[in-house]
Amino acid sequence: MTSIYLGIDVGSVSTNVIALDIDGNLLASVYLRTRGQPIPAIQEGLREIRATLGREVTVAGVGTTGSGRGLAAVMTGADVVKNEITAHAVAASQVVPGVQTVLEIGGQDSKIIILRQGVVTDFAMNTVCAAGTGSFLDQQAARLGIPIENFGRLALGAKNPVRIAGRCAVFAESDMIHKQQQGHPLDDIVAGLCEALVRNYLNNVGKGKEILPPVVFQGGVAANAGMRQAFSRALGTEVIVPEHYGVMGAYGAALLAREARPKTSAFRGFELTERDFRTGGFECRGCANHCEVVELREGKEVLARWGDRCGKWSNAVAV
Amino acid sequence: MKVTFPHMGHLWLVLKAALTGIGLEVVVPPPCTRRTLELGVRHAPESACLPLKVNLGNYLEAKELGADTIVMAGGVGPCRIGYYSQVQREILRDLGCAYEMVVFEPPDVHFNEVWDKIKYLNRRPWQDGVHGVVMAWLKACAVDALEQEVQRLRPREAQTGLADAVFRRALQELDAAGSRKEVNRVVKEIKGELAALPLKPDVRVIRVGIVGEIYTVLEPLVNLDIEKRLGALGVEVVRGLFLSRWINDNLFKGLLPLPGHHPEKTAPPFLNHFVGGHGWESVGDTVTFARRGCDGVIQLAPLTCMPEIVAHSVMPAVQQATGIPVMTIYLDEQTGEAGLQTRLEAFVDMLRRQKGVRAG
Ligand code: SF4
Repeated sequence: MTSIYLGIDVGSVSTNVIALDIDGNLLASVYLRTRGQPIPAIQEGLREIRATLGREVTVAGVGTTGSGRGLAAVMTGADVVKNEITAHAVAASQVVPGVQTVLEIGGQDSKIIILRQGVVTDFAMNTVCAAGTGSFLDQQAARLGIPIENFGRLALGAKNPVRIAGRCAVFAESDMIHKQQQGHPLDDIVAGLCEALVRNYLNNVGKGKEILPPVVFQGGVAANAGMRQAFSRALGTEVIVPEHYGVMGAYGAALLAREARPKTSAFRGFELTERDFRTGGFECRGCANHCEVVELREGKEVLARWGDRCGKWSNAVAV
Repeated sequence: MKVTFPHMGHLWLVLKAALTGIGLEVVVPPPCTRRTLELGVRHAPESACLPLKVNLGNYLEAKELGADTIVMAGGVGPCRIGYYSQVQREILRDLGCAYEMVVFEPPDVHFNEVWDKIKYLNRRPWQDGVHGVVMAWLKACAVDALEQEVQRLRPREAQTGLADAVFRRALQELDAAGSRKEVNRVVKEIKGELAALPLKPDVRVIRVGIVGEIYTVLEPLVNLDIEKRLGALGVEVVRGLFLSRWINDNLFKGLLPLPGHHPEKTAPPFLNHFVGGHGWESVGDTVTFARRGCDGVIQLAPLTCMPEIVAHSVMPAVQQATGIPVMTIYLDEQTGEAGLQTRLEAFVDMLRRQKGVRAG
């Protein structure tokens, strides 16, 4: 019988589930697309974890993070619910002790976390531009007909990266098309694009922050060799990409659950993958706010409610 | 004449007391809701800052209740607030929404004008008017005293939301109160009720100061109930901006013995000059909060608010000199709740861990 800690990171683009052993070693990890349906994604993730580990496991603790952390927590019975900043910072410090800067770029959002003496002292998340860097890179790779796996590597061969306007993704795309029409080689364009995105990130997200090494770069976009190179050039320092760069949120959540050492985990059992969860919603007409109230149900029972501004509905269910 | 005015937190209670005191029929706009915001956003220029939009929504909703005259503040100096009344007047006219507008400019610049306008509005013998102003002032002080108590209780109460429920009732009772005696009675009773609320056995509370532009600080609709969110996260909120203090600083010119804002003493050397709005106070209060041992400061501002952008730009220096972490949040109608919640949680987490490290 092995004891494990589960970490679940439910974002708008991807859902990750990982399992650690009691010493904190990674036993299994699953990466899934959320596709706007977090419930089946969480169930599928747990099913795959159990399939990988076999039946003989007991869960010693569960941590959830990501924008769907509340939902995942109620569904699975989590012991620790933490936001993405803390989860990513904890994960990065585990992999690179003494890390002082974490660059995190996922599909939809990006953040920077500053740590000093192992403590988060500052952070920022992208606010203004809604176009996620990860999704944008996917799109451009598709438009140029290059598989995304090769896209970043192409940048490494560039001789003269083209300067592309990176203020926002819409500008970047039209400027890129323009540069293509001028006949610049593809690798120079891709390299230029990476540089533009890095500039954009450093100016908008990292603005005013003191970026000191060691620098860890994580999130889905860290897979992109072009982006890695552009970052280390712009910062003039090495950027470290951890082995499990894509699931660091879930990893951090599991580490936090392990740190909390619950006496008995509130985990509701792997059988929950077979249960019938459903989210429903309604518009409250109690006042002119007309809140969209979301409910999580298991069978007929309401497990939790969200989205009301006044607490009329969420307070009515004791979680 | 049926007068109305824009909402800003609990300001309605105070203005209603003052205006009914001079014999006017008052239409309090319906409480700010999503609908208010949507109405305002639909008809205001997109680049205008949030207060203008919400105010406009207030006027349109008050119109539905029969209001025909707006009383509002104007302004001078480097902030767009002074221009709002004019823009709003034009928008309302274009919408065919008939309103008379009585705009009060700051009394230190336009004293005679203010006097003329009060004379124009006044319907009663002067003694009554004075009584109304006194009532308004007493109510402002009562609301502020009770709200500070609620801020202290939120992170400590055993069941989230109880203190707020008592406070909501207090507002209704204060609104109905017609004499100094009644106001005092309400304050005493409510304080008693608040003191009797069950508390959590062992809470480790952290203290966060809130600074920023007055409207975003005082109006829960636009700041997405930030104080309640923080309270639920175990944070005791303190702020420098309160209606009674604002009235004392701006209308009574600091005549009453209340702690005032003295940005000229606290903000330098980081910011040595008035920059419009509450930018100077934001910097000064941050310094004050750092000195008083707060664990962190949150600065609130409407997106594109110039005075707060100036303040924001010097915050890193304040942070470095005083060691207090500052997080700035810009708000507009597109601010998402999930994103705000994540930022608040992360900030609170960070402060807790830092405190743990310092203590350990
Ligand atoms: S949930 Fe509360 S705030 Fe939202 S519409 Fe209903 S009554 Fe209004």
